Parts: sequence; C-alpha cells; structure tokens
Amino acid sequence: MLKYIIKRLISMFPILIGITIISFFVMHLAPGDTVTIQQSLNPKYSETAREKFVKMYNLDQPIYKQYLIWLKKFATLDFGDSFSSDGRKVIDKIGDRLPITLGLNIISMILIFIIALPLGVLSAYYRNSIFDKTVTIIVFIGFAIPMFWLALMCMYFFGIVLGWLPISGLTSYNFDSLTLTGKIADVIKHITLPIAITVFGGIASISRFGRTSTLEVLGQDYIMSARARGVSEKTILFRYALKNAMLPIVTILGLSIPGLIGSSVIFESVFSIPGMGQLFYQSVMMRDYPTVMGILVIGSLLTLIGNLIADIAYAYIDPRIRYS
Amino acid sequence: MRRLTLKKDLILIIGLSIVLFFVIIAIFAPLITKYNPEEINILSTFEPPSREHLFGTDELGRDLFSRVLYGSRVSLFVGFVAVGISVFIGAILGLLSGFYGRFVDTIIMRFTDIMLAFPSFFLILAVIAFLKPSIINVMIIIGLTGWMGVARLVRAETLSVVGREYVLAAKISGVSSFKILFKHILPNVASPIFVIATLSMSGVILTESSLSFLGLGVQPPTPSWGNILTSGKDNIIFAWWLSLFPGVAILMTALGYNLFGEGLRDYLDKKL
Repeated sequence: MLKYIIKRLISMFPILIGITIISFFVMHLAPGDTVTIQQSLNPKYSETAREKFVKMYNLDQPIYKQYLIWLKKFATLDFGDSFSSDGRKVIDKIGDRLPITLGLNIISMILIFIIALPLGVLSAYYRNSIFDKTVTIIVFIGFAIPMFWLALMCMYFFGIVLGWLPISGLTSYNFDSLTLTGKIADVIKHITLPIAITVFGGIASISRFGRTSTLEVLGQDYIMSARARGVSEKTILFRYALKNAMLPIVTILGLSIPGLIGSSVIFESVFSIPGMGQLFYQSVMMRDYPTVMGILVIGSLLTLIGNLIADIAYAYIDPRIRYS
Repeated sequence: MRRLTLKKDLILIIGLSIVLFFVIIAIFAPLITKYNPEEINILSTFEPPSREHLFGTDELGRDLFSRVLYGSRVSLFVGFVAVGISVFIGAILGLLSGFYGRFVDTIIMRFTDIMLAFPSFFLILAVIAFLKPSIINVMIIIGLTGWMGVARLVRAETLSVVGREYVLAAKISGVSSFKILFKHILPNVASPIFVIATLSMSGVILTESSLSFLGLGVQPPTPSWGNILTSGKDNIIFAWWLSLFPGVAILMTALGYNLFGEGLRDYLDKKL
C-alpha cells in the first residue's frame, strides 16, 4: 500500500509543475505590467513601494528567472501581500476563508455519496420502473438547471415566501448572544439551502454514474452464478451490486472536486458566505492579482489532493489496483 | 442512416425540437417582438407580466420578453464558438495522441491531466480578472478550458480505429500520415465527436450564464440570460418575473442540448 501511495505521489509531481507554469502564464496575461495597475488602483502608492513590488515579483528579471523565483515562493506558500486596502498576506486571507469552503464542500460530498449511491444502484436494479424513470428525469433536470438560478428560486421560495430559512451569511446578527445549541441550530439553518442545492447538483452526475456501473455489475457472470446458487436478492443487491458499484463512484467523486470548488464561487456570492469562493470573486472584481493567483494555485492543489485521496481509497477498497 | 421513428427516437426528437425552437427564436427575434431590448422607458419600470409586456419589464422599463428573446442569440453564439474551439483543439490533440502514441501521447495526456487539475471555473475567472470581461473573451476562455474531455474521447476512439486493416493498408501503400489522420481516421471518429459537441453546448451555456450573472461575462446593456438574472437577484423581493423567465430559458436550452446529445448517441449506436 505504501509503495502505491509513493508511486502515486511521484506521478503527481509533473502535474504540479505544469500547474505552476500555467498559473505563471495566466499572471502574465495582465495588461501592461502589473505594477501600473496597482498604481492606478491606489494613488498613494509611493515610488519606494513600487520598487518593492518590482522586487517582490522580480519584474526586472528575465522571464525564466521570474518563474524560478516565483516557484520558490510558491513552494513555501508565499503569495505576497494582497492589493486590497487591508494589505494582509494572501496566505493568511486564504487561511481565514478556506475552512468554511472546505467544511461546506466536505459535508456536501458526504451527503452526495450517501444519497446518490443507493439512488443509482436502485434505479439500475429496478430499471425501466417508474422509480428509475423518475430518477432519470430528475437527473436530466439536475444536469440542465443553472445552479445559481436554483439558488435564487430557493432563496425566494423558502426564504421570502415561506420565511423558513435565512437567505444570506453563515450566522444571524444575534449569534453571539445565543446558547451553544442555539448557535449550532443557527449555523445549520444558514447552511441548509447552499448545501441542499450543491447536493442536488452533485447527485445528478453521481447517481447516473452509479446506475451505469451497477448495470454493468448486474450483467456479470458472478451475479448470475450467485442467483443460480439461490443467493437471496437482498444479498445480491447489497453485498454484490452495491459494493462493486461503489468503486467507480469513489473515483468520480474525486474527479468532481474541481467542479465543487468552482461552484463555491457562485454559492458563496449568492448566499454571502464568507468562504474562499467569495474571496476569489471579490479579488477578481478588485483586480487583486496576488490573491487571485494564490487562490488559483490553492484550488488546484486541493483538486490534486482530493484525487490522491480518492485513488488511495480506491486502492484500499480494491486490492487489484494495489498489486497491478 | 436509419429513418427517425417517433417511438425509438423520442428523446432525440424532443431534444432537437427544443434546440430548433431556440435557434429559430434567436434568428427571428426582431420579427417576434416589437420592442427594442435595450430601449429604456422610465415610465414603465417593474411592470408585472401583462398583455402589453408578456414577461413584464425590468428596472429600466425595458421589455423583458424581448430581452429574453435577444438573450438567446448571446447564448447560442457563445455556445457555438466556445464548443467549436474546444472541439477543434480536443479533436486535433486526441487524434495526434492516439495516432502517434509514445512520447507524443505522453506529453499530450499529461498536459490534459494538468488542465483537468484546475477547477476550470477558477481558471476562467482568473483569466477574466486579468483581461476584461467581454463576450469575445468569454467565448475564447470557455473554449480554451473545455477541450480536455474531447481530447480523451477522440484519443480513445482513434486508438480503437488505428489498428484496423484499412489504416494498415493505407500505411503500407505509402499514404502520408496527414492524409491517414484526416481522410481515414477522422471520418470514423466523427460521430462521437458530434455527440460530445452537442452535450458540451449545455455546459458552455450554463458557464456563460454563470459568468454573466456574476458580472464577469456579457456586459449590459447587451441582454444575456445571465446578466438579466443579476438584476433579478437584486430585485427578487418584488419582481419575481425578472428571475423566473431567463432561468427557465437557460434550463430549457440546456435540457434541449442534453436530450439531443443523448438521443443522438443512441441513434448513432443503433445505426449498425
């Protein structure tokens, strides 16, 4: 197992380098040079500060040297200082926001897995039944619905018409005066809508995938031989079909991480959740390049780590992977 | 080609009808509505749907029905160009990768993996932060960040074709690699490319509308479904129609392309 993990880590290395090169390239798309932009945003920007900035990004060096220096900083997660008025270190700003985004996405992923897996397995098992057809229709709508619009509609219906759920932020104004259980209930109320919508979007693709892989499993010889031996349908469904259908879903769940992280920009700005997605959106609007670069790199690192975890989980469940 | 039948190809027919419906609307928008989508009328702001204004009016008194109609042009245009770019890049890289194998394959597939490691929405937003939001930039960026699926698919299809007798025969008789790739292999992998292109349309339309919704895509006053929804969000408490109609339009279009693509896949499968 350890050997497999090490092998996997080594194969990640060229991808990591590739990510840094593309990110570096993106940074150089900036019109003119980055320095003039910052000056125009901030008129008080003094000559000495400008020199400091040129030095920090080494804009006076040849491009390959710029890249190498940037890479060295990147390796220590030093993304420089934010252009926004607080001027804090980018990595600290991300550090404040990341746990919220990560937490929301992890909860969503667990829920997606718990709901989509049985949905997919059952609709394959009872294929062409009314249940299967209903799930298929929901899946098609899930694929086609713009998530920010669904969020908007749910905000209107549950938040404004019915008044059941709060529509923005993570906590209420009176949060500090609440008891501990009150605080927990308050946060749960606030995250219900964003999580429900993320989960709905995720279920569509994952359950579809679960259905396909279960159909494949159900057509295998060992299922037929189990039936011939008189194994009960319940055992076939839960011990054989579910277990085998789970494998590809672990991988696809890993692959869905970039999508989830990407959509956090939309959810966090629609629901005003102070996470990394919202920070990214604000930084894009304010042309806060160091923060944009930092989040871009951190986002792709998270994707890589997520895929690695999915691969390890896969290898853990399926010994064939470890030994091949 | 087999004839379409209502029973076997229901999904294809429904999908195609929806797609054609929106294409026709986009082309004939000026004939369908008498209002100019960008014409401001301060005397009739936030009017709810009525016979005069089928979908109501927005915060500047513009007719929402005609804005939604003209918005279909934007999503169609962005969709076609962005998908065109992704399919072009993906098909070429996939063909080269599958045909030449070895280090060409390794390099191209590694590059594909790298691009897949970026949360593509982040990458798109970052690039737009450095350039400026406009319809052209949005199309190009969505196209440049969306070719990976096509490349993988075309590579797999090419691999399955490249060992066939007719390819070997062409090689032996001295046909140039370029000719083999584009005259013998490409036509044989064309139908899955067409299917994935149709299916990508919905993803591109959803991405464009999200970007425009965030104010980083198509810029007002040009109407796009996404940027109409921005004002829908700001005025959701008293003007629900601003949020409802453009959203339904996006949903229907995306659904149309998805159904069309799925139906097409089944149809092309059953052809043999």
